[in-house]
Amino acid sequence: MQTQPTQAAPMPRHSELVDERLVRWYLISAAGYLMVAMLAGLLMGLQLIRHNPFGGIELLSPGRWRMVHTNGVAYGWLASAFLGMLHWVVPRLTLRPVLSRQLSYFIFFAWQVVVLGTVVGILMGEAQGLEWGETPVWIDPLALAGLALVAINFGAPIRHMHGPMYVTLWYFTAALIWTFLTYAMGNFLPQYFVSGTSAGAVGGLFIHDLVGLFVTPLGWGMMYYFVPIMLKKPIWSHGLSLVGFWGLAFFYPLTGIHHFLYTPIPMFLQYGAVLSTIAVEMVVTTVIVNFFATIRGSTRALAENIPIRWFYTGMVFYFLTCLQCAFQTTLTFQALIHFSDWVVGHAHMVMYGVFSQWLIGVTIYLLPRIWRTDWYSRRLLEWQYWTSLVGIAVMSADLIILGVFQGLMWASLAPWSDTINFSIPWWALRVVSGLLLLVSHSIFMLHIVLTWMKAVAERKAAGSAAPTEAQPA
Amino acid sequence: MLENKSGVFFIGGIFFFGLAFVSQAVVPILMYRDQPEKTAEQLVNPNVRYQLEDLAKRFPEPFKAAFGEIPPNATPEKADGTREAWLNQTAADALRIGRKAYTGEACWHCHSQFVRPVSNEDRRWGPVAKAEEYQNELQRPVLFGTRRVGPDLSREGGRRSNDWHAVHLFQPNSLIAGSPMPAYPWYFDGDPSKPNKKGLSLILYLQWLGSWLESYPYYEDYKPSPLKDPVANVTTSIDSTAGAAK
Repeated sequence: MQTQPTQAAPMPRHSELVDERLVRWYLISAAGYLMVAMLAGLLMGLQLIRHNPFGGIELLSPGRWRMVHTNGVAYGWLASAFLGMLHWVVPRLTLRPVLSRQLSYFIFFAWQVVVLGTVVGILMGEAQGLEWGETPVWIDPLALAGLALVAINFGAPIRHMHGPMYVTLWYFTAALIWTFLTYAMGNFLPQYFVSGTSAGAVGGLFIHDLVGLFVTPLGWGMMYYFVPIMLKKPIWSHGLSLVGFWGLAFFYPLTGIHHFLYTPIPMFLQYGAVLSTIAVEMVVTTVIVNFFATIRGSTRALAENIPIRWFYTGMVFYFLTCLQCAFQTTLTFQALIHFSDWVVGHAHMVMYGVFSQWLIGVTIYLLPRIWRTDWYSRRLLEWQYWTSLVGIAVMSADLIILGVFQGLMWASLAPWSDTINFSIPWWALRVVSGLLLLVSHSIFMLHIVLTWMKAVAERKAAGSAAPTEAQPA
Repeated sequence: MLENKSGVFFIGGIFFFGLAFVSQAVVPILMYRDQPEKTAEQLVNPNVRYQLEDLAKRFPEPFKAAFGEIPPNATPEKADGTREAWLNQTAADALRIGRKAYTGEACWHCHSQFVRPVSNEDRRWGPVAKAEEYQNELQRPVLFGTRRVGPDLSREGGRRSNDWHAVHLFQPNSLIAGSPMPAYPWYFDGDPSKPNKKGLSLILYLQWLGSWLESYPYYEDYKPSPLKDPVANVTTSIDSTAGAAK
């Protein structure tokens, strides 16, 4: 830890700061949720190519499982993994534990209730008509209370900070309040207060803020923390970090309406959202430059250090999605690709290619440190990485190219069934690429079990000496 | 200020979020303030009523089981309004149930509900979407949708018969060869001729979509519904009458 100079008071020990058991629980439950979400996506993928083996069964309806897929990724996988990561990073950066250990455990169990309640509710047909917020309306207040507790729990150590904070904490501080506000706005306003076109504007804002103000700042804050630690050198330019954070904070929230271009939402608001989106991409470029300048001179780490490789792969995808975004947000592109699989490809590239790969990298970094051992097999880690990379690259490319063709066929007024028949082979390739991702994650789950068994065996062999200290850099 | 906790929290966390909220959400809300939200009762137009009575005719037993007996007029010659009121309220309630099924099954994740002014969409689907079409209870939250695997449905009402919808929901590829749409047999009691309450409501909801348009519907031999606009007649709730009928 080099984030703060040693002061008069002794540095608190890692074991006083971090509740490793909680980190482990979060990371492993998150991986389990990702598995469920992937299987849900597979079911929808099979339905599209008309090979759903469970047709006509209400609780296995592909439409319902499609919502389990997106919500499982957002609230099961991403949120849980981020919470585990926060329990590691925030106390170590602030040198203070979270507000309360009991509260941390309460939040953990409450969050499982939220996620499982969401899944059960959606499968019962109780979904809310809000994209990415299909959590049934009776779960929403509980989820919001949970987010408030999360903000309080992690806010406490941050509240005691004085003077300038490290970049990571800017992102986390903002993300804690943004996530709460976004969730409150998106789930309650269009449900109870406004309808129609204005609700569409709020809905667009919600979809985008969920990505931009919950997932993105937590993800980048994580990168600013782990990359310098693993490369053992500081971030290349502090000034660019400032540009990146404040540019994101200002422009990102202004882009929501770009999800609903050419709707009855007033045109001047649509133009504003398009311009802000393009501005965001300029900001993103500065962040990407900063990180690639950081790794300059240490590129061997990409081959040797598996988490670093996941991180930088994610950053390449991040740059690609954002570059894509700057084009697809324009009205010219929207006319062609809106409603098509282009958007689905884009979403997978962001949510899997970037943030899921980053969180997988963090899990690979943290779990062996918590278990005081190494991964069971380097070869399995390589297989996991390459199947994942090929899977997401093929899936994104397949869907994005298909989207262009779909848009052209629609505009040409080809019969609707022709557009479906044209899409089927592309959807089949998508299922194959999805299976690759599933293989990658299955390898990971298996590997986690093997490594856990190895850790238990090693601890037994070491006798009764329980591991207490031994801290990684 | 740019690097300490209060700057990040208040300027980035609260102020910038608030700025975006005002410009992206409050502005459109204020702009559409003059278009008050319609209730489901206010959405029952003659076309919807026609479809409801058509459902009652085509599926008499399932309809009775779902909504109860249609009350007769006081005398064959004279209408005292009970029958009208019952039908209107039944239609409004069915629209609500239908919308719940529609969102619960994620229909709207594959079927959008807005027609854009580009990409020849008005030639394929019908008139371009207007803001006032969405200012109602059944669009809370709004179901614009972001993906179009199947056709847009915002101008679907009246294009196909209730029979067609029943068979199609029961087994889509029996009508559209190669359709990737899932089957929804749980909206029927084992047979497309026996839709249950949710099934009937879902069909009515589909028939409502676009029923408010002057250009409704898009087949040539359509004759306007002879019913007068029944909105003013809605008085009682269906629950009391349906309970009494059982």
